[in-house]
Amino acid sequence: MEENGPFDMGNIDIAWCPGCGNFGILRALKRSLEDMALSPSDVVIVSGIGQAAKTPHYLRCHIFNGLHGRALPPATAIKSVNPGLTVIAESGDGDMFGEGGNHFIHAIRRNPDITNIVHDNMIYGLTKGQASPTSMEGMETPVQVSGVILEPFNPLSTAIALGAGFVARTFSKDVEMTMEVIKEAIRFKGYALVDILQPCVSFNRLNTFQWFEEHTETIDDDHDVKDRVESFRLSLQRDPLPVGIFYKNGNREAYHDLLDAYKDIEDPLWNRVLDRREKLEKDIGELH
Amino acid sequence: MRYPRENWDDISIVICGEAGQGIQTVEEILVKAAKRSGFHVFSVKEFMSRIRGGTNSTSIRIGSDTVRAPVKRIDIAVPLSDDAIGHIRWRMDEGTTILLDPDLSGRPDEDVPVTILEVTLKKKAEKIGGTIYQNIISAGLISSLVGVERSVIDGIVEDRFESSSEEVRKNNRKALEEGYGMGLEIFGSGGMETALKPDEEVKKKIAVKGVHSISLGAISGGCDFIASYPMSPSTGVLVDLAERQHEFGIIAEQAEDEISAINMGLGAWYAGGRAMVTTSGGGFSLMSEGLSLAGMMELPMVIHLAQRPGPATGLPTRTEQGDLFLTLFSGHGEFPRVVFAPGGPEQSFDLAWRAFDIADRFQIPVILLTDQFLVDSYTDIDRKEFELRVPLRHIIKTDTDYLRYRFSMEGISDRGIPGYGEGLVNVDSDEHDEAGHITESMTTRTLMVEKRMAKWEALKKESIEPQLIGPGKGDVVICWGSTLEIVKEAVGSIGQDVSILHFSQIYPLHPGIGDILGGFKRKICLENNFTGQFARLLRMETGVEMDHLMLKVTGLPFTVEEVAESLRKYLHQDGGDR
Repeated sequence: MEENGPFDMGNIDIAWCPGCGNFGILRALKRSLEDMALSPSDVVIVSGIGQAAKTPHYLRCHIFNGLHGRALPPATAIKSVNPGLTVIAESGDGDMFGEGGNHFIHAIRRNPDITNIVHDNMIYGLTKGQASPTSMEGMETPVQVSGVILEPFNPLSTAIALGAGFVARTFSKDVEMTMEVIKEAIRFKGYALVDILQPCVSFNRLNTFQWFEEHTETIDDDHDVKDRVESFRLSLQRDPLPVGIFYKNGNREAYHDLLDAYKDIEDPLWNRVLDRREKLEKDIGELH
Repeated sequence: MRYPRENWDDISIVICGEAGQGIQTVEEILVKAAKRSGFHVFSVKEFMSRIRGGTNSTSIRIGSDTVRAPVKRIDIAVPLSDDAIGHIRWRMDEGTTILLDPDLSGRPDEDVPVTILEVTLKKKAEKIGGTIYQNIISAGLISSLVGVERSVIDGIVEDRFESSSEEVRKNNRKALEEGYGMGLEIFGSGGMETALKPDEEVKKKIAVKGVHSISLGAISGGCDFIASYPMSPSTGVLVDLAERQHEFGIIAEQAEDEISAINMGLGAWYAGGRAMVTTSGGGFSLMSEGLSLAGMMELPMVIHLAQRPGPATGLPTRTEQGDLFLTLFSGHGEFPRVVFAPGGPEQSFDLAWRAFDIADRFQIPVILLTDQFLVDSYTDIDRKEFELRVPLRHIIKTDTDYLRYRFSMEGISDRGIPGYGEGLVNVDSDEHDEAGHITESMTTRTLMVEKRMAKWEALKKESIEPQLIGPGKGDVVICWGSTLEIVKEAVGSIGQDVSILHFSQIYPLHPGIGDILGGFKRKICLENNFTGQFARLLRMETGVEMDHLMLKVTGLPFTVEEVAESLRKYLHQDGGDR
């Protein structure tokens, strides 16, 4: 890992298992932010709970490490209160799609200008190996003793169906591709989903590094990322799992650009005058 | 000329009908009309949880002197549906006059000697353009009966329907003409006359609904972000702030659920906004994890909880004070919080401002605890009671060595926000070190708990003393939140030296409470709940036991008569049995 980059924390204790896919994601994220010449004080990473949600602690930036499943609501609010910040919401598949599933749906509908990075290892790691919403059917766990019987959640199809403007999937081992996709997602104005396939070396015996290598396939260069129907079709493909940018269409305005609060004033909310006496005097008078 | 009661200068008018008949419109119009005519006014409604049908009523008190509490008695009843009389029969007595449309099938009980004056409402409304116009006919009728000038009511109705179609406006004018004329007829034939005396000073006042006083107080406190999920009876605050989003630069977001709402609110405060959420008990339950997050992250948060009867969905449109303990004990773990419970619009405005100030200065969640009765009631107040103050932002520009949770004696660390200064602002739901990074160090854990809890002492010092009305010794009625005015009028009416102690800050209690309570003889606690939660809180905090509880859980607010009656009964017996 880079030792002296602006986002590097130096010699810190990282709580991940040796060989965890999270390391590749952290590396790709740091390099993306550096490549984009962002300063740590420009960037807020919001996360939930789980091993993936610890990521912001391992790079220098502002951190909002909130509740399980609840990264997207504060991330949306942070960006809308101060649109000058680069806001990333980052957590695992259980956090974003299970506990936070409702927020996932509605964040896409709101279209805040944030990047949503999901560490998708198809299992619950920190709670020791139960099924996650993206676990494959048939996977046996201490809880799903006869194998998973639920249809796996398909975040990419869901996002495209809901009108997300940027939808991508990468594999954590491919740091270069992950980096390029993250950079493009951050640059994208609007909600951007980057679902990153990642092995859990401690609990997921099914979806290993080797399994992902054998069951992923880079999306063809000639795929039209503006074609929503074709992107949706591609997102339904299960084996091999396509990786790359599925869909990219900046035809929707970002949430904060539609807010009344920015119609007359551009300043972030913290930099505005708090003396409202004159207008209030008028409003109170109208109760006559 | 007939005076149905003595002192016929305080009139209780009840309009009753189905949802969708425009009763609420009549209420809004008459409240304004009475106030602009120089009469004091108070109104409260009770309604069923449905959009059309059912039976709802609004009670409007118009008086020469201050009127601020609901009464049981009905002086004038205006039934607008067949079931209306049955719905309000329990409030009628020999002093009640019913303005009765012969086309309605409902009739009062034979054994209740009410006076009936026949008025044609439905047929006249139909002739004008539809039964809906019964509401404006009624408004005109009542206006003329209580002595509202024709020009006053005309102006209000014109304004109210400014954006309606020309046809609707024309029909409303006709309806008003009909109703007002009918009133004059009754008046002229000696049907009734009031003893109301207008006061020029009252005309200068404002007529304010409880919910607006919360909203305006929040705006005054610098609120610039609200995320909430609609839930009766709390939604009015979201509506008020959304209406003013352009005017004041407020971000008003309807969240997908209450969990999202409070987490958005916390994100907003973190990034430099001043956020609130508005909800009722069920929504607040969903917010409890977020409340705990505010405690751990040391983020300010303002939560308006308008109570309705529970558990679960309970009675969605009615009132109760059953969530006091919920506000005190919800949210896992230990962290400081403040709970305010305003006793009327003036306190609502003031405490909403204060909620933002305290939340910001102490970096804690503050809960404004109201109820359906308070938020849905109108009353006239002096506009100067809404004291306009400018809040301060308690944030700092950060340096590169900034630590979000730097230890300090009083437990409060300077609050930086991302994007203002060079420092990094790290907040964490895990136990954390001074920099905001996860830690499991037992030493740091202990220090952080102590740091967070150190705020208690300063918070107690700033706690608002209860308001004492009366001699301050002998017997006392203790109440909190919305019941203040009911207790005031009831105690005033029994003609005995009984004190009132009203709490607008529930938690933390003022440190001198134990001594204050110790100075009284018999202590009576009045609450709109079943278990006497505030009495229990007082015992828990001070060891002082109440002598008597006055409780109510029907879903309606106390009335002045029932409190007075119950007090008389208790005070005239010697014992302190409960």
